[in-house]
Amino acid sequence: MNATAPLQKSDSCLLRPGNTNCGGCGMSVGLTMLGRALAEANDSCSLVIPACCGIVTAGAFPTTSYGVPTIAATFASSPAVASGYASVRDLNDEPGQVICWAGDGGTYDIGLATLSGAAERNENIIYICYDNEIYGNTGGQRSSATPIGARTTTTPTGKSEAKKNIMAIMTAHGIPYAATLSMAHPEDFSRKLATALSMTGMRFLLMHSPCPTGWKSEPEDTVELVRIAVASGLFPVYEVFDGARYRVTVEPDGSDPAEYFHRQRRFKDEDIDLDATRRSCVDRIHRLRMLAREYPV
Amino acid sequence: MTVQVVTGNHAAGYALSAAGEANRTARGAACGIYPITPQTEIVEYVARFPFSKARIVPVESEHSAMAVSIGASLAGARAFTASSSNGLAYMTENVMVAGYYRLPIVMVAVNRTLGPPWNIWADQGDTLMLRDFAWLQFYCESNQEVLDTTLLAFRLAEDRRILLPVLTCMDAFIVSHTQTETTLPEQALVDSYLPDLQLPHRLRYDEARTIGGMVWPHEDLSQRLEIDEAMKRVPDVYQECRQSFRDVFGRDPGDVIQTDGTDDADTVLVATGTMATTAREVVRKRRAAGEKIGLIKIKMFRPFPAAAIREACGSARRVAVLDRNYAAGSGGVFWQDTRAAFQGHRNDVLIQNYLTGLCGEDVTPSVIDQILADLASREVAGDPVWMGIETGKETLQ
Repeated sequence: MNATAPLQKSDSCLLRPGNTNCGGCGMSVGLTMLGRALAEANDSCSLVIPACCGIVTAGAFPTTSYGVPTIAATFASSPAVASGYASVRDLNDEPGQVICWAGDGGTYDIGLATLSGAAERNENIIYICYDNEIYGNTGGQRSSATPIGARTTTTPTGKSEAKKNIMAIMTAHGIPYAATLSMAHPEDFSRKLATALSMTGMRFLLMHSPCPTGWKSEPEDTVELVRIAVASGLFPVYEVFDGARYRVTVEPDGSDPAEYFHRQRRFKDEDIDLDATRRSCVDRIHRLRMLAREYPV
Repeated sequence: MTVQVVTGNHAAGYALSAAGEANRTARGAACGIYPITPQTEIVEYVARFPFSKARIVPVESEHSAMAVSIGASLAGARAFTASSSNGLAYMTENVMVAGYYRLPIVMVAVNRTLGPPWNIWADQGDTLMLRDFAWLQFYCESNQEVLDTTLLAFRLAEDRRILLPVLTCMDAFIVSHTQTETTLPEQALVDSYLPDLQLPHRLRYDEARTIGGMVWPHEDLSQRLEIDEAMKRVPDVYQECRQSFRDVFGRDPGDVIQTDGTDDADTVLVATGTMATTAREVVRKRRAAGEKIGLIKIKMFRPFPAAAIREACGSARRVAVLDRNYAAGSGGVFWQDTRAAFQGHRNDVLIQNYLTGLCGEDVTPSVIDQILADLASREVAGDPVWMGIETGKETLQ
């Protein structure tokens, strides 16, 4: 794990063995899937990572868990650092993607203006948010991605506000590609990564990313939790081209979302209005189906 | 070379653009830009410059302007930007990053009062706020000095013995918006002065390095020590860059401190920026009348030229430090460092601080005369004195 080990272009080992990430970490699975997608596309990447678990993943100098060039950016800055970095890549006709890898705090909260700026300028970068709905790296505080009712260290009696709809915000910029990713559906996940890699301009990917430490869930439940989230409509899996054309890529089967909450100790029965949640799931997927019907890909 | 009547902002925009263009034979130039009065004309100049190989990114904030320049610099491009006042305050986190990443980014700052309340006039508090961040800082008094120092800044910043970012500063409006005759060097001369940028630690797309991840305390400490060593090399490398500048452009960009009549002076004024221009006139007039007074203009503030200032003061026993800034609860920033320069070396010098020209007030020759009169009347140094304040006098006294 030398920090200057030469990189094979088709190196599928984007996240090297020996990292110290938690068991059941969704982000780690996402990094592995990204590495495979790059290898399959015979592509390479540089990562720009703001303050988040993603940069702690690298480990301590002079070793690094990343098998690709990686820049640590300040919390709010990854899309701007990537804009400058990718500009110089393009000026010099060099290969490889420039990928921002950021948590929900850096995306929904402190970095939102920077992300909006990069999207509005249609920068030639890929932005992937691994959304664990919490400031995980600092021990589990609420972010604007935290769902209603969830207990965090700063919402000890349950969050009273709803989760921000970041996909609506990003698609409103009219960027070439925006999609949600669920590791419970790896074929769909990989296909969307391949789609993003084949395009140019601003591409935004949102990954539902369980954090057993923060969610107080069992590591072995990680995939099952995101599977229920897709099946019930809690986390719809879809893609949007040019902010205008929609496709729901995995249809929910109408499963009850209750199990999702029961399996995580961040949710207490008394904090969750299951009937309202069921209604919002139906609403959410109905809206997306309508958009996909009226404005198909 | 052509002599044109241009503003300080025009001179700065010209220097940044010519330096960026000079790197067209290497990895090009890229930077983020964002407007703020009174530096907006600089980034406007950069935005319309017909670069051969550059991308100018008009971003959504100063914080991102520096972030784009950091990303561009890490990729090996020549990077720069400009800002002022609250813009610099908003940018601060990434200003610090550029220093600690050892990136040779050059930024031109127009010194403007920090708000609130809102005031667009000259005050150095904005750039002095950034004094501890591993950036070199230069304060200029004329359009020509802004242009020359900005070009020199790239050469100095990119020298392998230095590899630190540089801030070039000028007073709001007094320099930024005042048109004077300025020599604008041809691109070919700038090309020959600024070699292709080869940043040794730039990130390469086929090399798996992680920049800026976690470190253990001793690793971090060694990086701070390296910055200290680079800072200590600046005075010598500066003189090399200055000599090369003279060879290429036929002009002296000026020494890190500039003196007038200090050789035999018993009283010395220490000033920066356009205050030094006014003080120089007063000093020359009074020296012609037989007074033994001198002037030290501090051009380079970081690293602080303590030994040069001490030496230039010679046998003078009275020193007045003029500060167009105020570190609340302490005094003027140039005074703090000047006073510290004498500590442990000489204790027979009366060093008095005068806070003047803050928030855009004018520092006129009569203000300098008042300062000299106050200094002459003192037996010992006292607290910093507010001088030349026309309004709010009652509440200040």
